[in-house]
Amino acid sequence: MTPHMLTRSLDRGATIFLAVVVACGILIPLSNLLLPAGSFLQVPTYLVALWGKYVCYAILALSIDLIWGYCGILSLGHGAFFALGGYAMGMYLMRQIGSRGVYGNPILPDFMVFLNYSKLPWYWYGFDMFWFAALMVLVVPGLLAFCFGWLAFRSRVTGVYLSIITQAMTYALLLAFFRNDFGFGGNNGMTDFKDILGFNVQAEGTRAALFALSCLALIAGFLICRAIVSSKLGKVLIAVRDAESRTRFLGYRVESYKLFVFTVSACMAGVAGALYVPQVGIINPSEFAPGNSIEAVIWVAVGGRGTLVGAALGAVVVNYAKTFFTSGMLAPYWLFMLGAMFILVTLLLPKGIVGTFNAWWDSSKERRLAEKTTSAAAEDGVTEPKMAEEAQ
Amino acid sequence: MNVMDTRATSAMLYLDGVHVSFDGFHAINNLSLTLEPGEMRAIIGPNGAGKTTMMDIITGKTKPDEGTVLFDGVTDLTRLDETRIAELGIGRKFQKPTVFESQTVQDNLLLALNVDHSVRGTLFWRGSRAESEQIDKVLETIRLTDARNRLAGSLSHGQKQWLEIGMLLAQDPKLLLVDEPVAGMTDVETHLTAELLKEINKTHTVMVVEHDMTFVRELGVKVTCLHEGTVLAEGTIDQVSSNERVIEVYLGR
Repeated sequence: MTPHMLTRSLDRGATIFLAVVVACGILIPLSNLLLPAGSFLQVPTYLVALWGKYVCYAILALSIDLIWGYCGILSLGHGAFFALGGYAMGMYLMRQIGSRGVYGNPILPDFMVFLNYSKLPWYWYGFDMFWFAALMVLVVPGLLAFCFGWLAFRSRVTGVYLSIITQAMTYALLLAFFRNDFGFGGNNGMTDFKDILGFNVQAEGTRAALFALSCLALIAGFLICRAIVSSKLGKVLIAVRDAESRTRFLGYRVESYKLFVFTVSACMAGVAGALYVPQVGIINPSEFAPGNSIEAVIWVAVGGRGTLVGAALGAVVVNYAKTFFTSGMLAPYWLFMLGAMFILVTLLLPKGIVGTFNAWWDSSKERRLAEKTTSAAAEDGVTEPKMAEEAQ
Repeated sequence: MNVMDTRATSAMLYLDGVHVSFDGFHAINNLSLTLEPGEMRAIIGPNGAGKTTMMDIITGKTKPDEGTVLFDGVTDLTRLDETRIAELGIGRKFQKPTVFESQTVQDNLLLALNVDHSVRGTLFWRGSRAESEQIDKVLETIRLTDARNRLAGSLSHGQKQWLEIGMLLAQDPKLLLVDEPVAGMTDVETHLTAELLKEINKTHTVMVVEHDMTFVRELGVKVTCLHEGTVLAEGTIDQVSSNERVIEVYLGR
């Protein structure tokens, strides 16, 4: 990424967003570690882990917004890439347990001993090394997205048909990962993690570091997305979204563009999953559930499709609401609330929170600029132009 | 593979014995047509005569059941897809104006420019002076210089038609296929569009499909009348419009 691409991609909203994420990424871990427990400003460890989870969801939402908001690809199976990244990290964490497991086997994870595995399956090789697992976090979701996209986009599967087969993909993976003989822990998945890179995953310091890393990944993901959508390639993506066959008649190979952005998006979702697993302490096949992927699409719709900032905001807002409502008396009604939220946003705020705000801001900026030109000589002309300038 | 060893014809576009049927309906029936380099041809004909289907075949959207479609005398278009055909130098304006509504006029033209269309090329693209000069030139030709930063979706119907013609110019194809460019335009706009097409024809081969006979007359070029997927009459506008069969099926008595 060249500096030129970075500077071009930063506007007002993006700068505010980055400032907020950087501030959270620094202040929350510091307050958790440095201030005495119980003090008013200290962020308790359980909140650090909870917010870390939200940040991972925000990365997943960004990856969905990149393909849905800018290229019109509605993936209802993006949770699959998230979960695959999570499993790759989970496998590393399982290998790190070593002989401290219940059965004390230095090579085989507990569930393999329990299921009478005599040796480690070949696809578990290498996962004792962090660099290999980290690579797989990108490669496995990326490769699946590439193969899936290559077949789907070349055959010109679009719209609702594509959405349905992405659902089928994540459901197929759900069923496969449920099987004990698939070699990934069956329906129990993987848990009881001990160390990550030699640090205790339960320790406060590790949790704070993981939170900061998640914020860093969110920033990196956001910058990559911004660089993509503000390049000429981003204009082509929007062209594909709005008039696919027109773009083809201009001489663009639409399927290559879709494949590129779909693969990048899947890799981002994989990273989100990999950061999620050590913070929640478990990964199991329920992460592949089709409902999870649909929920992630709702976050993007609520925050504002095609705005990036909105996607991340939507993920945090909806998940905060979920935590808030599912822990009280209203818990049984959460799914109704989620459904109602989706319907209301679609009807009343079709551009989502950030999209609606941007539209309002732009129109009020135009109004102020118009006022400025008409009342250039008026007494209050001192403040008005200043506001208009700020709006630039 | 699909390039013949020797040039089979001097024509820019050569269609011979083309057939297409959709579920038993013969949309194109033994259609033969040639367009010489530098020519402008007007295509007329009643609804369902196969005008748009013919353009679909030339641009690779529809594959013919049989027949030959040669571009520039050497390339068999029936084996190529839309992207490849566009790259070869055939541009198309649709019946319904299709511009990229949520992007600016300028960006619409930028997207149409005939430059590197690869993923890598566009990801690391940086504007060049030559590109912006070309865009300025096209903006001037289509009279949209003042609207360059407006969203294409906010343009009037006539302006969208021009923008789409401008996108064709930016694409700089050898052959332009223009489907109903003056549909829904005012008389003044229609006149300006005829002027614009004549200007474009100085450097490009053009095929125009249009119902508006005043407009076709103003273009003053050879006319082909299609009916039921085949050529009914061909010649000057006066010859074609005095043809008995053309009057019967299309112009009305």
